[in-house]
Amino acid sequence: MGSDLPPIPTERLVVNIGPSHPVTHGTLRIQVELDGETITRSACEIGYLHRGFEKQAESVFYEHVIPYAERLNYMGPCHNSNAWCHAVEQLMDIEVPARGQALRVITSEMSRIIDHCVCIGTNLVDLGGLTNFWYLYNYREKIYDLFEELTGARMMVNYPRIGGVSMDIPEGWDKKLRGVMADMEGVLADVMGLVERNRIFVDRTTGVCAIDQKTALSHGMTGPCLRATGIAYDVRHAQPYWGYDTYDWEVPVRSNGDTYDRVLLRFDEMEQSRRLVLQALDGLPEGPFILDDPKITLPPKDLVYNTMEGLIRHFKLVMHGVSPDRGEVYSATEGGNGELGFYIVSDGSPKAWRVRIRPPCFANYSAFPKMVNGSMIADLVAGLGSVNVIAGELDR
Amino acid sequence: MEQSEIAARLIAHLGEDKVLASGEHSDQHWVTVAPGDLRSALQFMTEDADVSVDMLTDLGGVDYLDYGDDRPWRFEVAYQLSSLAKNHRFRVKVAVTDEETEVPSVWDLFGVANWMEREVFDLYGIGFTDHPNLRRILCHDDFVGYALRKDYPINKRQKLTRPIESLLTDKPEWA
Repeated sequence: MGSDLPPIPTERLVVNIGPSHPVTHGTLRIQVELDGETITRSACEIGYLHRGFEKQAESVFYEHVIPYAERLNYMGPCHNSNAWCHAVEQLMDIEVPARGQALRVITSEMSRIIDHCVCIGTNLVDLGGLTNFWYLYNYREKIYDLFEELTGARMMVNYPRIGGVSMDIPEGWDKKLRGVMADMEGVLADVMGLVERNRIFVDRTTGVCAIDQKTALSHGMTGPCLRATGIAYDVRHAQPYWGYDTYDWEVPVRSNGDTYDRVLLRFDEMEQSRRLVLQALDGLPEGPFILDDPKITLPPKDLVYNTMEGLIRHFKLVMHGVSPDRGEVYSATEGGNGELGFYIVSDGSPKAWRVRIRPPCFANYSAFPKMVNGSMIADLVAGLGSVNVIAGELDR
Repeated sequence: MEQSEIAARLIAHLGEDKVLASGEHSDQHWVTVAPGDLRSALQFMTEDADVSVDMLTDLGGVDYLDYGDDRPWRFEVAYQLSSLAKNHRFRVKVAVTDEETEVPSVWDLFGVANWMEREVFDLYGIGFTDHPNLRRILCHDDFVGYALRKDYPINKRQKLTRPIESLLTDKPEWA
């Protein structure tokens, strides 16, 4: 019967979402063309948070990039600076002492946990579930407290140094960290209980903004977005660094590549991060947490204040910086959103000739129009949160 | 597969005369080719069963103006390739002689190259032939010059004073 009716005349409607729209959690602009309520075409615009990071990194010493790097993925800051130091160490062919490596694993995994807390929490807020947000942010505060005690800062911690980390853990800190890790089980159970089989959540996310393996690979997707499509690729596992291969953990993977899987996969990853933190604490090696090399690391303060050699060493390093040999390196680590890469070209001076950052979000987000075409605005809202685009690293 | 073996295979495929430079640092190898040989090199990397590259991880330009060595080209574009299946990486670089030289686009081989090539164009002014939508991506459309070139002053700011245009074009941008 319906085919006898004349088609209803419709007009395509172009709608701008962003750059300052609550769902973008930052500054993204998506323009969609609607036919009724269905998105027929879409295009993304980025660059609203472009701060010239790469240019800036070329103009300062290697060690001065550490605090800048934390402003990339500001949801899990400490991992970015760890990764930057790791890249410079690869460029210089130096190895961090075992205790420094374990402390990097601990701080990186803590960063991953808070990154996922924010991602899941805000994504669920977009879908109307505010309760989870409070549970997860409450838990995130506890990890921030630990960062504060360890480094003196809550968010931008400036913790690692080239050759290790800046300070050892304070007395009793490991016990508190174990306590916070023990709390995670309850938090995850609370939040999972609210979403995993929640009718509204399942209906809003199953099959929404799905992506297949082929498109995901073509768009260079990594991290939770890739693993949700069924490819168990994790840089920590494939090309281990900081001794990730010595821990007993798994790469969680799900198969549908939709919003539901991306959200749930992050819960699985938090659980694995907890395992990693606890193992790293159990096996925390004794010994130095930073290299003792006059050309790379600052001397202990008592040597600076009490010996001439220590003072000279301190002065030389502060004034002239770390100077890797000529060469280039591409260093990859697993950030909260996927493979965080630094491509550094050195000309032998204390300033990098070229710093190219491979932000995981950039690749993940480049496939976003393909994910939303054919769905509705409400699906776009659900999907965008689950891709977790962080404008800081997207635009640099 | 070791990166040295991949380099040897790629050089054998292209022929020694097509390889402009090759090198190694921190156990990472690379091969530099001319723009005309890029697609053949990348196609070989994806199709060869032992190399089997399945992801273009990264693509970024470098400006070697006054770098202080004897390379006869000014820019390079570095393609960081990964094989998830074989778990190895390799870097192919393209030598770009000057501001006018263009590099063939590889967006049809790797979807992510669409945006990444736009970024290289935006920040270095290197053109990509057959790119479907080659316009600025991070800087605004009224920006003059290319910010990551070594002769662009670091503290030079540029304002955008007009409204931004519509993004949706008839070009097959997302095809």
